[in-house]
Amino acid sequence: MSARLIPPSSELTQPYWRAARADELAVQFCQHCDQHSFPPRAHCPQCGSAELEWRTVSGRGSVYTFTIAYRPPHPVFSEHCPMVIAVIELEEGPRMISNIVGCDPATVEIGMAVQVAFEEIEDSKVTLPVFTPVKTS
Amino acid sequence: MSLKGAAAVVGVAELAPQRYTGDATILDLLSGVAVEAMADAGFYRSQVDGLIVHPIGGLPGFVPATVAEHLGLQPTFAEIVDLGGATGAGMIWRAAAAIQAGMCTTCLCLTGTRRRKRTPRGNNTNADTSRRPRSFSPSRDRSPQAEFDAPYGMLGANVGYAMIANRYAHEYGLKDTQRAKVAVDQRKNANANPAAIFHDQTLTIDQVLSSEVICEPLHMLEIVMPAAGAAALLVTAADRVADAKQPPAWILGAGESVTHSSFAQAPGLDATGIGIAARSAFSQAGVRPSDIGLASLYDCYTVMVLLTLEEAGFCARGEAGAFVEAHDLTFGGDFPLNTHGGQLSFGQPGMAGGMSHVTEAVRQIQGRCGARQIPGLELAYAHGNGGIIAEQTGLVFGAAR
Repeated sequence: MSARLIPPSSELTQPYWRAARADELAVQFCQHCDQHSFPPRAHCPQCGSAELEWRTVSGRGSVYTFTIAYRPPHPVFSEHCPMVIAVIELEEGPRMISNIVGCDPATVEIGMAVQVAFEEIEDSKVTLPVFTPVKTS
Repeated sequence: MSLKGAAAVVGVAELAPQRYTGDATILDLLSGVAVEAMADAGFYRSQVDGLIVHPIGGLPGFVPATVAEHLGLQPTFAEIVDLGGATGAGMIWRAAAAIQAGMCTTCLCLTGTRRRKRTPRGNNTNADTSRRPRSFSPSRDRSPQAEFDAPYGMLGANVGYAMIANRYAHEYGLKDTQRAKVAVDQRKNANANPAAIFHDQTLTIDQVLSSEVICEPLHMLEIVMPAAGAAALLVTAADRVADAKQPPAWILGAGESVTHSSFAQAPGLDATGIGIAARSAFSQAGVRPSDIGLASLYDCYTVMVLLTLEEAGFCARGEAGAFVEAHDLTFGGDFPLNTHGGQLSFGQPGMAGGMSHVTEAVRQIQGRCGARQIPGLELAYAHGNGGIIAEQTGLVFGAAR
């Protein structure tokens, strides 16, 4: 559980949040041009097709870029700081904003392999996908 | 078909950036600079038949009509531009395009923001956690960013530009001192500009790098300070330029690009909209970056200047850090950049912050910059940037048509 801003969802985006509630990361996949896309839309941004289906993805990706925020971008994040805010590039292609948690912020690097994890937002029934470094054995 | 030589800026007015503007309404502030810009050009109100404004907080809609009525104008062309920091530059080519299309002959471009003193927000660490940013209130904002970015703290611009700085450093290498050099040289320019908010303060690289790190790697003194202020520019048709009291700053070329809204969807740093907008502007004008005598580049953060220098073609890819180290960026230097101080040292009065790069380019071309005047300046480039490198507008100005 952590305090965060609560995302406003719509009918179109509900499958994303339902998947997260079940600890799965799902994004749209275009049956016409075979591309994953994010964020959710009514039409594929590549080809305009409405034939988009939801697919559970691997949850694996890499850090495209990141920063360590020392000052909370909003008071609700005061207990998170210093926090790592990152652009994650999923193995399936799409990029998304997320946090990298469960590690010392100083160890985060661009290109680092990460995997999805799930965090429940305080005072809500919303589960938020976040990322952690892939453990190397 | 291009905009080259269709119109020129002939009147300029600016309310110098200040921390607070008391009880003045935004309409009062805009009215003040509008009247002053018309007087500067020596144009009567009846000669102004075009108006461009931007979204204004507190005015839910009908902004051009509200502002026009307040100013006593009945324009035949009225427009709103919503391109974040590229709004000011975006207004100028739209004015020229409307003139070229015969929709108006003289167009007023207005930007500004007011600021009232409030209880200091502090550093967000001890503040009331129940307060949500208004723009991300779930009932009001259904944007994809409110849903997929804000829950992670991706709010405001510091986070995004810090990510750009880290990605740039990863791809090409970049030293903290190289970013700081931009802020320091621009401060020297501000020291020669009485209208700049930091006119009376000097700045060193050590001071920049010893200021608080807000979002790694960006320090407090690499980040613009919000201010209040306003700017008005008057654009007129080529055949009316002779009526003006001031020399013209000819609009020779323009380019624009909008590539994304969420930074997660931004193109790579070697394929930004900055380059698209700049190449179009230079191509229309028929000039090269090396012909430009003043680079007036949007500088919400130090790193934005570096990115624009190379994406617009002033230096080779990956060499912006070395370029700013090798050149004197002051008004008397070998590569004059943001001679008004840039927004980092001039102040960022909302949309008038982005317009300040245009205003400075115009005044330098007109030869009206006093102590910081670049002698014999013939060509200037002004660049506007909105969002997290999302919206880009480039303009080439010339002393000759």
